[in-house]
Amino acid sequence: MSKYSIFSLLRNAISYHENWASAWRSPEPKKEYDVLIVGGGGHGLATAYYLAKEHGITNVAVLEKGWIGGGNTGRNTTIVRSNYLWDESAHLYEKSMQLWEGLSQDLNYNVMFSQRGVYNLGHNLQDMRDIQRRVNANRLNGIDGQVVMPEEIKRAIPEINIDQGCRYPILGASFQPRGGVARHDAVAWGFARGADMRGVDIIQNCEVTAIKQKNGAVTGVETTRGTINAKKIGVVVAGHCSVLAEMAGFRMPIESHPLQALVSEPIKPVINTVIMSNAVHGYISQSDKGDLVIGAGIDSYNGYGQRGSFPTIEHTVAAIVEMFPIFKRVRMNRQWGGIVDTTPDACPIIGNTPINGLYFNCGWGTGGFKATPGSGWVFAHNVATGEPHELNRAFALDRFVSGFLIDEHGAAGVAH
Amino acid sequence: MFLIECPWCGMRDETEFSCFGEAHIARPLETEKLSDEEWADYLFMRKNPKGAHREQWLHAAGCRRYFNAERDTVSYQISATYKIGEKPPGGSRK
Repeated sequence: MSKYSIFSLLRNAISYHENWASAWRSPEPKKEYDVLIVGGGGHGLATAYYLAKEHGITNVAVLEKGWIGGGNTGRNTTIVRSNYLWDESAHLYEKSMQLWEGLSQDLNYNVMFSQRGVYNLGHNLQDMRDIQRRVNANRLNGIDGQVVMPEEIKRAIPEINIDQGCRYPILGASFQPRGGVARHDAVAWGFARGADMRGVDIIQNCEVTAIKQKNGAVTGVETTRGTINAKKIGVVVAGHCSVLAEMAGFRMPIESHPLQALVSEPIKPVINTVIMSNAVHGYISQSDKGDLVIGAGIDSYNGYGQRGSFPTIEHTVAAIVEMFPIFKRVRMNRQWGGIVDTTPDACPIIGNTPINGLYFNCGWGTGGFKATPGSGWVFAHNVATGEPHELNRAFALDRFVSGFLIDEHGAAGVAH
Repeated sequence: MFLIECPWCGMRDETEFSCFGEAHIARPLETEKLSDEEWADYLFMRKNPKGAHREQWLHAAGCRRYFNAERDTVSYQISATYKIGEKPPGGSRK
């Protein structure tokens, strides 16, 4: 497979860009692999990529029931940041941030990572105290962050409403300059291409229907494309992790909820950063083609339907319009939902399971996209060595038994 | 949009209701004798099925009473609602 460069671009321009090779193969599944990764989203593909690149394990298959990146990877609002309160999560998300910063070069694929900064707004005194505490914690962990006041926010984002008389006035914000957005599809495609180049088989339209076990250890999976054997299986299926855990015979502290997002018609450049408000459940940025990308909160009920309720969207749009009255008459183009796997402490579950050779990486809830490279990086280590990496040790499933929860609810906020 | 039938008030708009997760979780008796695993199972582990599910709902902006609902988590269709303490209409299913 050829390397992408200015020369390959010129070469292909001569043939009117009609002869680009496919970015990855579509092989038939083999009977047996060293490692199976169930779930071909960003996290699963990143896991396969780092298994091959960092650990030299290339006899790997990624099994995806639909098409790669068609789940939450293609449905999120693409926000990347690492300003988490607790040490455990701050270290994990900061690892991810550092990988993001070199990802396009590493993958030889432009993931369009744009560090345009992320503002997390505060609307009351307690919000501001929490923001100050979180920014201080971030700085102690070597993560950039600052507290900004309404006038500074207004200077950076002239369209924002800092009127103190409205229902949820903006009293200030935390600002992480290194935060930003990336092109979500490109992340999936880049990791897929990088993994495929190193020998990983990416098998689409292949749904896992059973997990085979013998003497407390996994031996393989049954799929819609036949039996595939492996001694190690990494499950990275986001919303469906309870379904996979039930196949394997154990329970998870997970509830799957619909999470919605929407985009407007394309408009001229108006927002050059990311603005999030946990209190009123709205976050907004502008994509390169001009659409306003808006994320809502989760629907309160469990759901696997990849769609949510209209009142949830109405609530979010009301919040956005109060923050940006200028958007009152912007029309919304598309709206969709994804299935997010929420945990009781709003932190992921990464690590070993009660069954030998079976590893789970799930529970990223509403905020998994930003963690894509870091999640794959630590999970590849966990799958390759059988032991958690220092960065994901605290995120083991048994924290719900030991009681060592990592309570990011207040800090990360609901919008994550 | 959902229309939800409150067992006390009848059909109402979904915005009047809040969902409170899995129904029929019995608090274990003699909690002081539970192991950490059993306690974790009661506190945190959930069924989270893809398909028919039984949940608690609260008619928050109405009679403010809890009730149970049987709902499909893929189609989101509610097949039945019933009062707390009543048997689920489909019989007891584990």
